[in-house]
Amino acid sequence: MKLFNYLFAPRPKSAAIAKERLKIVLAHERASRDAPDFLPRLQKDLLTVVGRYVQINEEMIHVNLGKSGDTSLLEINIEIGGAKPNEGRLAPAS
Amino acid sequence: MAKVIVVTSGKGGVGKTTTSAAFAAGLALRGHKTVVIDFDVGLRNLDLVMGCERRVVFDFINVINGDANLNQALIKDKRNDNLFIFPTSQTRDKDALKREGVERVLEELKKTFDYIICDSPAGIEHGAITALYFADSAVIVTNPEVSSVRDSDRIIGILSSRSRRAERNEPPVDIHLLLTRYDPDRVVKGEMLTVEDVREILSIPLLGVIPESESVLRASNTGTPVVFDADSPAGRAYVDAVARFLGEQREMRFVKPEKRGFFRVLFGRA
Ligand SMILES: Nc1ncnc2c1ncn2[C@@H]1O[C@H](COP(=O)(O)OP(=O)(O)OP(=O)(O)O)[C@@H](O)[C@H]1O
Ligand SMILES: [Mg+2]
Repeated sequence: MKLFNYLFAPRPKSAAIAKERLKIVLAHERASRDAPDFLPRLQKDLLTVVGRYVQINEEMIHVNLGKSGDTSLLEINIEIGGAKPNEGRLAPAS
Repeated sequence: MAKVIVVTSGKGGVGKTTTSAAFAAGLALRGHKTVVIDFDVGLRNLDLVMGCERRVVFDFINVINGDANLNQALIKDKRNDNLFIFPTSQTRDKDALKREGVERVLEELKKTFDYIICDSPAGIEHGAITALYFADSAVIVTNPEVSSVRDSDRIIGILSSRSRRAERNEPPVDIHLLLTRYDPDRVVKGEMLTVEDVREILSIPLLGVIPESESVLRASNTGTPVVFDADSPAGRAYVDAVARFLGEQREMRFVKPEKRGFFRVLFGRA
């Protein structure tokens, strides 16, 4: 019976899987293609500035260009949970 | 006004050269003076598909470098007076295709031709970018298969950001989807993306669907663009696509499985 079920159970059609995978990967690639090229530099600058106050590393900063309806959004997320204060370790900007 | 049409895809082997030959011959059959240029420097093949490989004396690079003039390099098709072939060079120096030189040659061709078809090499490197740079229209050749669709999307992005029209903020390149090697039987079984799937994913207007067909190999074996074969489903689908390109409305054919008669099953010829 198990074998029977295995052989005759409706399997998702591979074309439908292909379509879903394409939609996801292309949405991703289009977004990064359209992203302005200042994002990596902005991320670096943020790391320097925020790093003056708390100890953080690159992985803790996420810079993203998003959309909400018709407005473009610049999303900046910085995790500082567990980050130590960084007083006096970096000279203030000159 | 002469129109420059690039036939491009990103992915290799999807049917660009077959399409360039068919499209050029199709436009010529409709009375338009047409030249088809091979941009695949180093891998000359259009001459074989067009059946003029033994008549090549000078090539595209010779003309760009000023070693030959256009009249010496253009090959007039023996089947149709409106059709000309401009073969590429077999040099290994891919950078021989200089943008300024290409521009000069295209400007000169525009004086005498209605349509200039550019058969792009695969990839997104120098050769492919040069082939699409001066385009007014683009035919995106796509197979119903994941990597082809993804690469088409990539090349559409490049057309809308790096073509001359994009750089100069002119009206954008007019982009068309041509789905080729379509197999309706496999689509019905759910094994192949449908026309609608691909159109929805790429969201560009559909120019035509070319079925997978044995006649394409037959055509390239003999060096005859497939539109000259009146019995070929692919040839007829290309004729329709050319008509749509020229602004006609035509129903899509060859997108549903064919009902096969007894003799067709026995002696099946696609
Ligand atoms: N509709 C079709 N039915 C069957 N075979 C086809 C069809 N279209 C193209 N082919 C075959 O696919 C192969 C590749 O076609 P073609 O040379 O036109 O592709 P291409 O995109 O120009 O390749 P390249 O990227 O190498 O330049 C050839 O053997 C051709 O005969
Ligand atoms: Mg080719």
